[in-house]
Parts: sequence; structure tokens; C-alpha cells
Amino acid sequence: MTTLLDVRNVSKRFTMGGLLSRRSVEAVQDASLSLSSERPEIFTIIGESGSGKTTLARMILGLERPSGGEISFRGKMVSQRVSRQERLEFMANVQPVFQNPFEAFNPLKEIDRYLESTAKRFLKLHRQDDIDGAMDGALQKVGLSLAEVKGRYPHEMSGGQLQRAAIARALIPNPPLLVADEPVSMVDASLRMSIVNLLRSLRDDFGVSVVYITHDLATAYYISNRLIIMQRGRIVEMGDARTVLDNPEHPYSRLLKASVLSTEDAGAGKLMTDPGMAALASERMERPGSLQSRPDGRLVRVCEEAR
Amino acid sequence: MTQDLLEVDGLKAYYQMNYFGVEREVRAVDDITMTIRKNEIYGIAGESSSGKTSLIRVLAAAIRPPMRIVAGSVKYDFKNGPMDVATASEAQIESVRWKHLSYIMQGSMSVLNPVRRIGKTFEDFAKRPLGLSGEAYRARVLNHLERLKLPASLLNAYPHELSGGMRQRVTIGLATVCHPEFVIADEPTTALDVVVQKEVLGLIREIQQDMGSSVVFVTHDMSVHANMADRVGIIYAGRLVEEGPTRQMFYAPKHPYTAHLVASLPRIGDTAQRPALEGRPPSLANPPSGCRFHPRCPLAIDKCKTEVPPLNNVANDHRSACWRWEDVKPLVAPQQPVMA
Ligand SMILES: Nc1ncnc2c1ncn2[C@@H]1O[C@H](COP(=O)(O)OP(=O)(O)OP(=O)(O)O)[C@@H](O)[C@H]1O
Ligand SMILES: Nc1ncnc2c1ncn2[C@@H]1O[C@H](COP(=O)(O)OP(=O)(O)OP(=O)(O)O)[C@@H](O)[C@H]1O
Ligand code: SF4
Ligand SMILES: [Mg+2]
Ligand SMILES: [Mg+2]
Repeated sequence: MTTLLDVRNVSKRFTMGGLLSRRSVEAVQDASLSLSSERPEIFTIIGESGSGKTTLARMILGLERPSGGEISFRGKMVSQRVSRQERLEFMANVQPVFQNPFEAFNPLKEIDRYLESTAKRFLKLHRQDDIDGAMDGALQKVGLSLAEVKGRYPHEMSGGQLQRAAIARALIPNPPLLVADEPVSMVDASLRMSIVNLLRSLRDDFGVSVVYITHDLATAYYISNRLIIMQRGRIVEMGDARTVLDNPEHPYSRLLKASVLSTEDAGAGKLMTDPGMAALASERMERPGSLQSRPDGRLVRVCEEAR
Repeated sequence: MTQDLLEVDGLKAYYQMNYFGVEREVRAVDDITMTIRKNEIYGIAGESSSGKTSLIRVLAAAIRPPMRIVAGSVKYDFKNGPMDVATASEAQIESVRWKHLSYIMQGSMSVLNPVRRIGKTFEDFAKRPLGLSGEAYRARVLNHLERLKLPASLLNAYPHELSGGMRQRVTIGLATVCHPEFVIADEPTTALDVVVQKEVLGLIREIQQDMGSSVVFVTHDMSVHANMADRVGIIYAGRLVEEGPTRQMFYAPKHPYTAHLVASLPRIGDTAQRPALEGRPPSLANPPSGCRFHPRCPLAIDKCKTEVPPLNNVANDHRSACWRWEDVKPLVAPQQPVMA
């Protein structure tokens, strides 16, 4: 079995603030995961806001260098300095879809110009017909068309249209790995399902693996093979998506599932969180611990005393 | 004193563009009439690109070319006097901004200046309207950040040093720190984890209730509407197609599009596909005749193709724009009987 992506004991520390109020943030601490080349999968990351999901994704994309640990793609180190050529090749293989489409696009550049530069850069296409064909093909996959997009600036599109255009752009080089950071947070439920189904068909029909970051536990359940749950820079639970979500074990995972709003009580205005559960989830993080395996194959972070 | 804080009447707001001599018109808000009451939370849902952001941009008096109000009025009854967005001057809009009317934009990070520390941005927005300075100002801001579960050290940070969720809470903080009468929010909690989302929604409601203010918010997340809103309005192709008390909208919808929307929500544990709508979303440059939903509607009859259904009262406080509203069946069975 060969690995597509291998993340080993990766950490990232940021130092922020001025000279006087310097402090550091452990954005990611000791994260490990790996994806196989033979079995394309949708690997989901869920977790707290600010728990390091985007930072981990940025390190996988080679946009951020880990402070510790190693990341390799098809056996080659991503975290090391590489030649321009190697870097371009890597970028064609691992394509991003970012959290906020309004930030992903340059506001002063037409959408199709942005897609065009991706097509030229990674597919080495020169004839306008070929470029247009590649763009239209990718746009059609997400339910848009080149005719609809041509000549329009990002602010002239709705949030949902823009997010679909961002996914289309990532699909242009036909990458084996897509890193999608909250790709469906800005679209309606119907479109959400169609984008999620699109990710699924990319996996099943084209063998594309997807690292899927989301806050939406329902779509995570619906499409993922495996998932990790992160809290304050750490992986607190990892395993088969349905096993974990059906019956989460870590206190934070349980809190997460319990906090999902339902429509069952529509109109009743229930917005209370069980304070005991929240306290337990947060208190656990203060103590040292480590990931332990369970008979059902999952890993759970367990505190030293509580083991 | 009336019950209503905002009255929107026959509002049409279009994007009018000229591409190399070709006129193009996107009718993003096309004849909307609605009122927002004092002390209520009104949720707006609808398809992607149906005109929700465009509508609330008008409500927020944040209209920029190529958008233009083509017809109608948007009348507020603020404590410092009435204002019609359609005719208000820049100075008049400036005088209500943040203190009476605040707006949290979609993809809200864009209000945060990337080269300015968060603390400076707070000063830019809030210091003058609050009329506080020194310790009193600082205490007010810190207290507000604490309610949003944000650390005080964040005031020294630059936007890029924060996670998406933290930035979103910062913008909610900016929009509410002056305790405005009317808060407009476009997808205010989409970048938050469900634990923080619930807290932030609770906080928005707490602030709303403390102040007796009105909140209008847009989100695709129907479960957020279910738990936050007093009333919900559904937009389809630039029009308000149904509006009513939250529970009725979920369990006794009177428009086929609403019935679809409510049923398309996946739940944890779902592995089967939810029904998708047939056909493509309508074009706002060239919308379908008659009822704009007719090409995709399972209940459509001939009349729907030619005659526009008016938004009529169909039940207590409940309006629908559908010729066949009596035949609409909820696609989700209520767990408890609908409360009258
Ligand atoms: N460039 C940076 N400089 C300093 N700190 C940073 C930087 N980028 C991220 N951080 C910090 O690292 C932590 C993790 O941020 P990250 O964006 O990875 O979180 P996230 O899990 O993606 O959150 P969200 O769900 O809100 O998007 C946060 O505390 C954030 O403030
Ligand atoms: N500045 C603009 N110039 C031209 N057209 C625009 C502009 N802004 C929006 N539009 C168009 O107006 C229509 C409505 O867009 P709007 O942003 O209001 O949709 P929305 O309902 O908020 O969608 P979403 O849920 O995806 O955010 C879309 O067709 C969009 O492309
Ligand atoms: S008016 Fe006709 S087409 Fe429109 S929603 Fe009602 S039944 Fe469907
Ligand atoms: Mg993030
Ligand atoms: Mg919008």
C-alpha cells in the first residue's frame, strides 16, 4: 500500500503581538494522519472554531511550514524547500478550495480570468478553445457554465455561485487530492447536497481524495469515510465517520453532537447548552493526555489520570 | 407609537449594467412588500442567488452601483426620527449607522481592515457613536468581547491572525457594541462550530431582548431559523413567496418551495439522498412568467404559467404567494402538533 498523503506528528506555533505583548499560539499540536493512494476517501476534519483545521489544511497545501513534524505527498516531503518545478507539480496535484469565497478571489479580476490563469499554469494550454473547454468542463461539473461566468467580477456573484466557481477552479488541473475548507457553508441545502454529492462522485468516479473541513456534522456523516475531531490544536477523536458520530466518546465530540440544532422544536427557541457537558469538554483539555485505540478502531484522546 | 419598525412597500432594486453597449438588468429584488416589527427576530431563507443579500443590502442602506432602487419605499421609524432608505441623504444614513442600524455583511471579514489591529477597528466604529472615552469606553468594549467569548488580547491582533470563526464573532461584536435598534446580519454564524454557533445565537437573542431591538438575518441553515426566528420569510427568484410564524413555516408550509426547503435539510444519521429540485435555478435577468416557481413546481397548473400569484393571507399572520396553497402538504411530519 502506498500513501498519498502522510502527516506525521505535525505541530504549528504562531507568535503574535508586538514586542511588548508577545505571545504564542499552538495552532496545531502533534497531529498525525495518512491517506492511501489505492483507496481514495473523503477524510473529514471537524472541530472547534480556532482549533487549527485551516492551519492543518494550509500545511498540507504547503502554504504554511510546520514548526515540528513532517508532511509528505506520494513519498516526497512537502514541508521541505523544493525547486520551482517540483512545487508547481505538487500544487497541480493538491488543490485548495478555501473557506471564504469572497477572500479566495481577487476582487479586481474577472472570475474567468482567474480560472484561465489556473488552466494555463497547470494544464499548459495555449489555444483559447482548449482553455475555454477546460474551464467550461470544470464549471459544468459544479452546475455553472462559462457563459454565465464570463466577464463577471466576484462581487457580481452571489455567495453560492462564487463558492461553486472556486470548486470549479480547483478541478481544472484534475488533481488527485482536493483540500476543501468549508466548501458548503454558504450555499442552500439543495445546492449543499449537490456539492457534497459532487465531492462523492469525484471520489467514486475519478478516484480523487478529499480532505473535507466542515462544521456540518450531517454532511460529514453523509459522505465521509473517516474523520477527526479537533479541539484547541489537538486531535481528540479519530475513526470511521459513522462509528464516531453515531456514538462519540470524547467529551468534546459529545458536546459537539449535542449542540447540533434541530428543527424538531421549531419555534420553541431552545438555545441552551448543557453547562456540565461544556465544562467537562473544556476541563479535559487542560490535562496531559494521549490518543488511545479502541476495539472499534477509533482513537480517542484520554487524560492520564482518567485512563 | 406603532408596532412596526420597518415598512417595505413594493420594493424593486435592480443591478443595471452595461457591457460593451449591451444593457443587462438583474432584477434581484422584484416587488417585495413586508414589515418588520419592533422586538422581533425575522429570518430570511431562500435559494442561493435568489436575492437575499440584495434585499438586505437595501434594508441596510448599503446600496452601491450598479444596484439601484427602481421603485418602492423602505421606511424606518427610528427613535431619532423616520427615514426612507429610497430617499435618504448620505448624512442621514451616516447619522443612524451603527447606533440605530447596523449591518453584518456576508463574508463579513471584509469590514476588517487587514492592516489595522482589531482594537483600532473597534475605535473607528464604536467610539464616536458610544460617546465614551478612556476607561469607560475600554470597559464597555472588553465586557462586550467577554460576552462573545473573545479574549481581550485579541484587540492587539491583526485580522489574519484570527481564525475564521473568531473574525466572525469580532464582526458581530462590532455590529452590536452600540446596542442598535435594528440589526441586519447576512449569514452571521456560518463559519462557527456548532457549539460556538449556539452560544453566539443565544447571545444575539439576549442582546435583542435586552434592547427590545429588531433583528433580520439571512441564513441557509434552516435549523438556525427554527431555533432563532420569531417569523421566517422565504425568497424565491427576487420575490417573497411565503412568510409566517416559525413553527407554522416548518410544519404547515403553504408554498411548495418552502415545503421543499424544509425537507431538504439533512440530519446526522442520514445516508440516503434527499430529494433535489428539478431543473435549474431561475435567471433573474429573464425570470419565468407567472409564478416564478412554475417550471420546477410539482403542483403547477396552467394558470401558474401566466398569472402571478399575489402574496395573500392564508392563515393567522401567515402569507403565501401560491395559487394552490391549500393543496401544499408538509414533507416533514411534525413531532408535536402545531401550536395555534
Ligand atoms: N497567521 C497567523 N498568525 C497568528 N496566529 C494565527 C495565524 N493563523 C491562525 N492563527 C491562530 O491559530 C489558531 C488556529 O486557527 P485556524 O484558522 O487554523 O482555526 P480553524 O480551526 O480553521 O477555525 P475556524 O473553524 O474558525 O475556521 C487560532 O487561534 C488562530 O488565531
Ligand atoms: N454587484 C452586483 N452586480 C451585478 N449583479 C449582482 C451583484 N450582486 C449580486 N448580483 C446578482 O444578483 C443576484 C442575487 O444575488 P444575491 O447576492 O442577492 O443572492 P443571495 O440570495 O444572497 O445568494 P447567496 O445565498 O448565494 O448568498 C445574483 O444573480 C447575483 O449574481
Ligand atoms: S402558484 Fe403554481 S407554480 Fe407557483 S408555487 Fe403555487 S402551484 Fe406552484
Ligand atoms: Mg478555518
Ligand atoms: Mg447572499
